[in-house]
Amino acid sequence: MRIIAVCGAGIGTSAILKVNAERALARLGLEADVTASDLAGVASASADAQIVLTSTELAAAVRAALGRTFCEIVEVRNYFDVEEIAAHLERSLG
Amino acid sequence: MPLPTLPDSAVALGAEAGDWRAAVRLAGRALNRSGATTASYADRMIQVIEEFGAYVVIAPGLALAHARPGPDVRHDGIAVVTLATPVAFGHPHNDPVRVVLGLAVSSAEEHVASVAFLANVFNDPSAIDRLADAGSADEVRAVLGVDAEVRA
Repeated sequence: MRIIAVCGAGIGTSAILKVNAERALARLGLEADVTASDLAGVASASADAQIVLTSTELAAAVRAALGRTFCEIVEVRNYFDVEEIAAHLERSLG
Repeated sequence: MPLPTLPDSAVALGAEAGDWRAAVRLAGRALNRSGATTASYADRMIQVIEEFGAYVVIAPGLALAHARPGPDVRHDGIAVVTLATPVAFGHPHNDPVRVVLGLAVSSAEEHVASVAFLANVFNDPSAIDRLADAGSADEVRAVLGVDAEVRA
């Protein structure tokens, strides 16, 4: 399973989201490959991904970039709240 | 990249900023003062927010101002600005911002490890309040668990 963490510039925020998504997966006892991407690269990065994690602020732009997709786009409010991210992932994967 | 250092020059406490651009510019000035970036990096951090919105407000009260690697990044670095008066960045949930973290990285590939330490710090929800209330650069370094300079 593959999860993409997206931010605008592809550095900084997406890396934090990636680290905390990995922590959330560990807490749930799930295994997945989490990759950080910028908005420009998200369409190709998510070709074989199940979930795209991003900020509420970027969700519309991510949807536009992906077009028709099987990926679920999950909006994260607090990038440091592992519990919030775990709850999203559990809902999406459970 | 090892844990970044945070010299006094990269810290500005209780600063006044009239709007989010001024707040980001303060973080840019601190990165410039510490030698991590040249002055133009501040403009690029502002452009990221103009282009993509206030997603850099990644937790309640905390903005992670940053731009892509570029010729205006001399070396990896962080800066911390606390605001005397919280400033709205336009984020639907996490406004207003009390702490602006400035981040400069010289290589997109190598920065994940250095950013992971920020995840460790801020997984503790009290860290943002403790940073916002810090009275000295030493207190800021204690919250972040970083040194002023590279340890010999």
